[in-house]
Amino acid sequence: MATDTVRGARKFGRYSLLVAVAAIVLFPIYAVLLQALKSGADAFDHPRSLLPVDLTFDTIRSAWTAGNLGKLLMNSLFVSTVVTIGVIVTSLLAGYAFAFLNFPLKKIVFAIYLSTMLVPGEVTVVINQRTADSFGWLNTYQGLIVPSLASTFGVFLVRQVFLQIPKELREAAALDGVGHLRFLYEVAAPLSRPTLGALGLFTFLGTWNAYLWPSQVVNDNAHRTIQLGLERLKTPNDISKFNLVTGGLVVAALPIFIMLVVFQRQLVRGLTAGAVKG
Amino acid sequence: MKRKLRDLPPALLMLVPSLGLLAVWTIYPLVRAVDYGHKACDISVRNCRDVGWDRYWTVFQSKEFQDALLVSLKLALMTVPVGLVLGIGLAVLADKQLKGIGIFRTVFSSTVATSVAVASLVWFVLLQPQVGVLADLLSGWIPKLKNPGLLNDSSTALPAVALSSIWASLGFTFIIIMAGLQSVPRDLYESAFVDGAGSFRRFTNVTLPMLTPSILFVTVVLTTRALQAYGEIALLTGGGPQDTKATTTIPYLIYGNNSLVHNDIGIKSASAVLLFLLCLTFAAVQFRGFGKRVHYGN
Amino acid sequence: MILLGPSGCGKSTLLRMVAGLEDPSVGDVFIGEQRVNDELPKLRDIAMVFQSYALYPHKTVRANIEFPLKVRGVPKAERAEQALHAAEILGLAEYMKRKPGQLSGGQRQRVALARAIVRKPAVFLMDEPLSNLDAKLRGDTRTELVDLHRRLDSTFIYVTHDQVEAMTMGSRVAVMNAGRLEQVGTPQEVYDRPASAFVAQFIGTPPMNVLPVGLLGTNDVQVGIRPEHLLLASEGRLSGNVYQVEHLGHEVLVHAESTAGRLVARVDPASDLPVVGDAVRFDAADHHLHRFDAHSGMRVS
Repeated sequence: MATDTVRGARKFGRYSLLVAVAAIVLFPIYAVLLQALKSGADAFDHPRSLLPVDLTFDTIRSAWTAGNLGKLLMNSLFVSTVVTIGVIVTSLLAGYAFAFLNFPLKKIVFAIYLSTMLVPGEVTVVINQRTADSFGWLNTYQGLIVPSLASTFGVFLVRQVFLQIPKELREAAALDGVGHLRFLYEVAAPLSRPTLGALGLFTFLGTWNAYLWPSQVVNDNAHRTIQLGLERLKTPNDISKFNLVTGGLVVAALPIFIMLVVFQRQLVRGLTAGAVKG
Repeated sequence: MKRKLRDLPPALLMLVPSLGLLAVWTIYPLVRAVDYGHKACDISVRNCRDVGWDRYWTVFQSKEFQDALLVSLKLALMTVPVGLVLGIGLAVLADKQLKGIGIFRTVFSSTVATSVAVASLVWFVLLQPQVGVLADLLSGWIPKLKNPGLLNDSSTALPAVALSSIWASLGFTFIIIMAGLQSVPRDLYESAFVDGAGSFRRFTNVTLPMLTPSILFVTVVLTTRALQAYGEIALLTGGGPQDTKATTTIPYLIYGNNSLVHNDIGIKSASAVLLFLLCLTFAAVQFRGFGKRVHYGN
Repeated sequence: MILLGPSGCGKSTLLRMVAGLEDPSVGDVFIGEQRVNDELPKLRDIAMVFQSYALYPHKTVRANIEFPLKVRGVPKAERAEQALHAAEILGLAEYMKRKPGQLSGGQRQRVALARAIVRKPAVFLMDEPLSNLDAKLRGDTRTELVDLHRRLDSTFIYVTHDQVEAMTMGSRVAVMNAGRLEQVGTPQEVYDRPASAFVAQFIGTPPMNVLPVGLLGTNDVQVGIRPEHLLLASEGRLSGNVYQVEHLGHEVLVHAESTAGRLVARVDPASDLPVVGDAVRFDAADHHLHRFDAHSGMRVS
C-alpha cells in the first residue's frame, strides 16, 4: 500500500513537472496565437488576460490582406516543392553513382562533395548574389530555387542507404538487361523510401524557413516568400497596426506545425541521420 | 572496355547535375570570395586592383570586425551552454515510459519547425515594450521590459536575441539528445542499478558518457548557428539598438542593410572568408576537445 | 556442369566471368561458338540464381518473376502467362501476391529459380543456390533441380562446395582448387580416377587415405586408397592401432593410427570387427591403388 502511494505521488510529481515545462516551452506560441485571435482593443488590455475568450479571426484576416499573404504562401509552397523534388532527384543520381558505380577518382570526387558540406551559406551568399544578378535572376523564381537544388547532405544520405542494398540485386538486374536509371527508379529508390521521405521533409522545411538567401535575391511582391513577408508586417512605430504581425506569424507557422505533427517520425529520422549514426 | 571505364559515362551523367550546381553555387563563390578578399574594387566591380593578402589581416584587425567578432562570440557563449543544458534536461524528462509521453515529446520538439523569421518575430511581439505580453506580466520584476524594452537597451539586446535563439533551437537539441538517450542500451542502466548506483550517479556515469556523440553534434551545430546568426539580428534589432552595434554579428556586418561594408565587395568577401575560417576552427577545436571523450557505443 | 571446390578456390569468380559480372584478366569466354568477352551481361542469354536469391524485396512474387520479361518489353498479357507457367512448374502459383519477406527460405529460392526460367535462357548459372537452406529442404530441392534440368533441357552451370550436390546432380563435374581447374569428368570418373591427390581427397566421404611417399610405392609417388578398398587383413602391409570405431548402420568406419598416419577403412558390419585399442593390419588390392606424383600431386597412371 505504502509503496503504491509513493509511486502514485512520484508519478503525479513527474506529470506536474512535464506539464509545467511544456507550458513554458509553448508559452511564446500560445501568447502570440492568443493575441492574433483577439480583436485589436482586447489584444493589448491591461492587465493582460491569458484566457482564450472573445476570439475573432479579424486580425488574421487583416494581416492576410495587408501582407498579401496568400500570394506569399503560394510562392513559398512553389519554391519549397520544386527544391524538394530537385534535391531528391540530384541526390538520388549522385548517391547512385557513388554507391553502385566504379569510376576513376571516385574517392576524390566524393571527398570534394563532403568538403562542400563545411561551407556555410553565409560565406557564399556574397558572390552568389552577384552570380544571380549576372544571370538576370534577381527577383525570379530561378534565383530562389536553382542554387538550392543540390544538397551534399542529401547525396551523402542517399549513398549511405544505397550502400546497404545488396550488390547481388544490381547484378541480377544487370543480367536481365536493366540499365542504371531503370534500376534506380524501379529498385533502389523504392527500397529507400523512408530515407527519401526524411530527406524530402528536411529539405522542404529548410527551404520554407530560409531567410538569408531569399532576402538577398528577391525584394518584390511577386516572388517574396512568406518568411520575408513577415518582416513587412512588422511596424514597430505604429502600435495600432502592431497586431498584424501576430496574424502573419500564425499564417506562416501553421502549415509547418501541421507538417511537424504529421511527419514527426520522418523529421526525427532526418535530423538524427547526421548525428547519432554519424 | 575495362570495367572501371565502362561505368564512367553513366557515372558522369549522374554526377553532372549536383556537381555542376555545387561548382557554381558553392565552390566557385568560395574561391571567388577568397580572391576578392585581397582586392579593392569600385562599386561596379569592373575595376579591381590587387591590394595584397595582408588585407585579410587588416580586415580582421579593424574595429568593425573586432566588435562584430566579439558580439558573435558572446552570442555563442550565451546560447550554446544554456541551450545544451535545457535540451538535455527536456530529453531526460521525456525519456520515461509514461502514458501520453508522446504528446510531451511533440511539444518539446515543436520549435524545430519554427523558422528564424517566425521565432524572431514571436519574441519581437512578446518583448514589445508598450504592448508586449512579457512587459505586461513581468515588468514589475524587470523594469527594463517596459522602459526602454530589452531590445532597445544596448546591455540587454544581445541577451534578448540569445533568448529567442535558445528557444528556437530547443526543439532541435531535444530531438538529437532524445535520440541519443534512446540508443543507450537499457542493460547498461540495469547493471548500474544492480551495482547500487543512485539516479544521479547513473546519469553522470552512464547517461552522459553515452550521450557524448550527440552532445558533440549539438554543440557544433549550435555554435555554427550562433556564429552565422543573421535573420534574428535583422528582425529583432537591426544590429542595434540604434547605432550602438551592440548586436551586429559578423554576418550582419556583411549582409545587414546599414552595413558599413555593404558596397565594398573586397571587404565583404574578406569578412565572409574570415567567418568561414572561424566556423571551421571552432568545429575542429570542438571535435578535438571532445575527441578523447566521445564514446561511440554500439 | 558442376563447379566444385573449397571456398575461395575461384569457382564463383569463374561463374561471374561467364555471367559478365567480372572481366577475365587473360583468356576468352565462349558461350556456344561465340566469344562473349566484350558482350554486356544482358546480351549473353544467361540467367543467374544467386546464393542470396537477390529478389526485389518491395515487389510481389509475380512482379519479381515478371520483371526480366518486363525489361525486355514483353506485352503484359504474355508475361503474366509466362510468369504463371514458371510459377506453376515450381509450385508457387498460390504465393504470387506475396512479397519475398513473407516467404520461407525454400520458397524464396524457388522464386529465384522461377525468375531465371521465365526467360528461357541458353545457360543457367547457379551460385550455391542451396547453401542457405536447411539440410532436409536442401535434399528435396536438389531432387527438384535435377528434375528441372531434365525438363528444361538447357545448360546449367552450378557452383557448389558440397560434394554430395556435385555427385548427385552433375552430368559433369569440374573440380577446382586455388584458381586452377584440377579435373573435369562425370561424377563417377572423378571418383574412380581422380586426376590429382587434391581431387582424390576432396571427393568422397570419408576422404581417400593418401599415404606418405615411400609406402606401398616408389620414392616419388604418393599412394591413395579409398576407405572402402582398405581391407582388414592379418597379413596386410600396413599396421596400426584402432582409436575409433564408427557404427553407421549399413557400414562401419574403422579409424586407426598407423606408421603411415591416420587411416580410415570402411568395413562390412557383419564382419569380425576390431575394438578400440586393437592392433590391426590393412591391405588393398593393387588395382585399387591410386598413384600421384610426389611433387605435383598429379595422377601417375
